[in-house]
Amino acid sequence: MTTSKTNDIEAKVKAIVVEQLDVRDEDVTPSKTFTEDLGADSLAIVELVLAFEEAFGLKIPDNEVDNIKTVGNAIDYIKKNATGAKSATGAN
Amino acid sequence: MGVLSPLGIGVDENWRRLCAGESGIGPITRFDVAEYPTKIAGEVRGFEATNWIAKKEIRQMDLFIQYGIAGAALAVADAGLDQSPVADPERFGVFVGAGLGGLSTLESTIAALKEKGPRHGISPYFVPAIIVNLAAGQISIRHGAKGPNLSHVSACSTGAHSIGEAFRTIVHGTADVMIAGGTESTVTPLGIGGFCSSRALSTRNDEPTRASRPFSASRDGFVLSEGCGILVLEELGHARARGAKIHAEIVGYGLSADAYHITLPPPGGEGAQRCMKMALRDAGIAPEQVGYINAHGTSTIADVTETQAIRAVFGGHAERVAVSSTKSMHGHLLGAAGGLEAAISVLALKHGILPPTINLDDPDPACDLDYVPHVARATQVEYAMSNSFGFGGTNAALIFRRAEF
Repeated sequence: MTTSKTNDIEAKVKAIVVEQLDVRDEDVTPSKTFTEDLGADSLAIVELVLAFEEAFGLKIPDNEVDNIKTVGNAIDYIKKNATGAKSATGAN
Repeated sequence: MGVLSPLGIGVDENWRRLCAGESGIGPITRFDVAEYPTKIAGEVRGFEATNWIAKKEIRQMDLFIQYGIAGAALAVADAGLDQSPVADPERFGVFVGAGLGGLSTLESTIAALKEKGPRHGISPYFVPAIIVNLAAGQISIRHGAKGPNLSHVSACSTGAHSIGEAFRTIVHGTADVMIAGGTESTVTPLGIGGFCSSRALSTRNDEPTRASRPFSASRDGFVLSEGCGILVLEELGHARARGAKIHAEIVGYGLSADAYHITLPPPGGEGAQRCMKMALRDAGIAPEQVGYINAHGTSTIADVTETQAIRAVFGGHAERVAVSSTKSMHGHLLGAAGGLEAAISVLALKHGILPPTINLDDPDPACDLDYVPHVARATQVEYAMSNSFGFGGTNAALIFRRAEF
């Protein structure tokens, strides 16, 4: 994955978090937790995960969702699995 | 009191237009009505949800809940409870219902389900967005009302039943303060289409402001509207102790079933008669003491039945009591109708003005009461009754007394 693609993913994740959780752009940094820091409840997390899935064309299993607690966790997971999915299937 | 209707947002705008005899009915703007026989409705105009609800929460709830939140906020502010919160939150309750619930969210979700499948087509907020009791739930969360919390569902009687049941809850000693009423938003393909299908709606599409014409010989069905009507009820001693502004006193509540037909009233409005009589007994007053009736009067065949029921209950006094259907102006708010019309009855007592029945150019010969035609009338009355009758044959009547100042 190129650096520009990596940056694209980070920017896209941040934009989704800002939109979904109605928080300020500057508050969305990798170390921030969705629940404590950004005010998401369990339903908001579900909605956020679905938005990531739609935006990046992947499926995040429920047991993985439990490990995505921070913005950084989400970025890392998407970077890994978006590319992984592509190389595994050869699609797109 | 807090109201949203096709006549406006808030009590002042609604009352001004009711006294002026204005209609709030117009062409439907929410969806393409080309294939629908009815193309008019009473839509709430100029509603900005962000004035009442955080942006991220708006998509978590259907429009009927948003209206309920706004109406409750207006009512709570009017009662001064935003400045002086209820001392014991466990004795502060919410009874706000709806007739149908979140139709527009249901429709858009079904469309998304077909397009995207269950994982991405259905929001995690879908259920709390559409279920009726989230109106009462959301209001309780916002105002810290930890007491009784229910959403009664009784079609077009919902608002009146909610207020009547809240009245009883206070009389019974379970609560000191109740937020009560109804909210509704069904100007949607299913809402309009459903009532079109049952041939219940006016099709006078070329003259929307003249379409709702209760008690008129040329009436051709009701006009569907949306909004909410929400009151704060409070135990009298509790209200006086905190120096609350008292608009009127609720003194009587009746409820009954026709046990007859799913949509049609029984001959003579027998169920409505028993309902009105029960409310009079509950208030401990004689029929002659009622000076104004805000009729259910939907601009359908049932206007005759309600007229007959009023004659049967009020006897000779039926010749003198003023009866108006304000639905001629705001249309039929379904589950919110009883809430809005209770508020209007209270305003009539408070201001000594009886709002008119507009569009009554050609009265049905079978509708032969004093319907306060065309223009509002300055008359001070002591007691006002508000009638609501719903599908399923479920009836409610409320009686209010003018507050002594």
